[in-house]
Amino acid sequence: METLSALLYLVASICFIMALRGLSSPETSRQGNIYGMVGMTIAILTTLASPIVQSYWMIVLGIAIGGAIGYVVAKKIEMTALPQLVAAFHSLVGLAAVFVALAAFYSPEAYGIGVRGAIAKGSLIEMALGTAVGAITFTGSIVAFAKLQGLVTGKPLVFPMQHPLNAALGVLTVILIGWLVQSNADAAMWLIVVVALALGFLLILPIGGADMPVVISMLNSYSGWAACGIGFTLQNNLLIITGALVGSSGAILSYIMCKGMNRSIFNVILGGFGGEAAGAAAGAKGPQGSVKAGSAEDAAYIMKNAQSVIVVPGYGMAVAQAQHALREMADSLKHEGVDVKYAIHPVAGRMPGHMNVLLAEANVPYDEVFELEDINRDFGTADVAFVIGANDVTNPAAKTDPSSAIYGMPILDVEKAKTVFFIKRGMAAGYAGVENELFFRPNTMMLFGDAKKVTEEVVKAMEA
Amino acid sequence: MEHPDPASNIAAFRQTLAALTNQVDALAVQVAQLSPVPVTEAASHGSFFVTGLTVLVLACFVGYYVVWRVTPALHSPLMAVTNAVSSVIIVGALVAAGPAGFGFSKVLGFLAVILASVNIFGGFLVTQRMLSMFKKKGK
Repeated sequence: METLSALLYLVASICFIMALRGLSSPETSRQGNIYGMVGMTIAILTTLASPIVQSYWMIVLGIAIGGAIGYVVAKKIEMTALPQLVAAFHSLVGLAAVFVALAAFYSPEAYGIGVRGAIAKGSLIEMALGTAVGAITFTGSIVAFAKLQGLVTGKPLVFPMQHPLNAALGVLTVILIGWLVQSNADAAMWLIVVVALALGFLLILPIGGADMPVVISMLNSYSGWAACGIGFTLQNNLLIITGALVGSSGAILSYIMCKGMNRSIFNVILGGFGGEAAGAAAGAKGPQGSVKAGSAEDAAYIMKNAQSVIVVPGYGMAVAQAQHALREMADSLKHEGVDVKYAIHPVAGRMPGHMNVLLAEANVPYDEVFELEDINRDFGTADVAFVIGANDVTNPAAKTDPSSAIYGMPILDVEKAKTVFFIKRGMAAGYAGVENELFFRPNTMMLFGDAKKVTEEVVKAMEA
Repeated sequence: MEHPDPASNIAAFRQTLAALTNQVDALAVQVAQLSPVPVTEAASHGSFFVTGLTVLVLACFVGYYVVWRVTPALHSPLMAVTNAVSSVIIVGALVAAGPAGFGFSKVLGFLAVILASVNIFGGFLVTQRMLSMFKKKGK
């Protein structure tokens, strides 16, 4: 029986690997997702069939309640709110890990790791680590959720002694784990929970809104490592494998996001980005000159007579929900024989790949959407770069000005296009707080207003 | 002749020594018979740690190579699906909620089952929603 369930867990693990493998291309991705569901079903049924599970009503009730909530939320959620949703989901995994670890602490017999008050030392360490990582994931994700949802300011919240305090809490956690292993004391376990909860909260608080793609990826990674820790406690390879997959996935995404901003992960974790940069930029010289504001009619005329247009969407497009209007504009342009492509910067939006999902939602075919390295060369031959709700990711200061906060960040070379349109609500600087000299160039035309409204006006002007 | 001769003295000493050695052996056998439970448990735990670590490291490598092959366009679905998959932690919750009777651990298990289920259903469904949107030109 035990061998059989171990083998079934192995099958589930393979299914999960296949689920990730499927995501290497959109064609195979749907099949991959089905593998994931099959794997999860196998894992749950195998556990339910094990002799330790004797009463089912509570489990069925729990799955029904949770499943219903999950189903409704996933059906109703707007794609623009995806980052918040993912952050909220991460927090749930974290909390579940804490609960499972506590359950194992209070009835270790069920998990075969000793008796209450005399749990094997190794298990205690694994349990404590799983709890701590889970608790950090829980509160950290809640803060991330609040920032993404706009419940608290997206600006970094920095206070004195922040880093020493966090370091002290980290050390305290290690000491508490030592105490727990020595004494098996309930108090030690609960203190670990409390300290880790506080730590998660304090770690994410100072990180600004622009760094959210990294934070979300990082929390994704944490939730995996929490599962891993619980896997060691339960001596269950499935949990370890899955945790490692999720953990490494999140870590790789964090790395990609950091590279997209040319920042180190430590720089992001230490936080405070955006806040002080804005102050510095205000005082600095900043490129000045006259800005050319255009009308929707001008934009429509120029684009209709262009041969190729590259659209550069950013977070502003998501906020304004302009993706559908944008697709209509592209359709009209294609109707006129204009070649339309989309260029996506790795850190566009508030989570990795967010722009791709929004464009896909608006029925933009994915083979018209290109990543930075695949399209950057094409700007030189493009007639129009249509920048909608993006700013920092197009700023040439990243290449030319070593004193700039974004220096070294890979950017989309929109300035090489013959004409550049910027749809912006005003002249405010981007998240990094850096002026964009492109606004003042002769071949740039600003289209001021809400991204959706402006795009709709352009569509109307084109059809007229 | 009450005077003990050295030879017999040594013989007696040897006898005592042999008896003592036998006793120690017997005790060792007894200890071995008494202690198998804790000894093997400790050993099995230690060996699982090594097994688990092996599995962990190999899985990290698999994860590394698989995730780098994920196309950047699908990074959002990747996050959603890894989130759903990490809720496999429900396995631990089921074990906690499973035993007959009622207790603190069972309540914790029940709560964890709810949380993980939200994630499993929500995560897979939202991934499916996202993936169904990715279409090719002209379809």
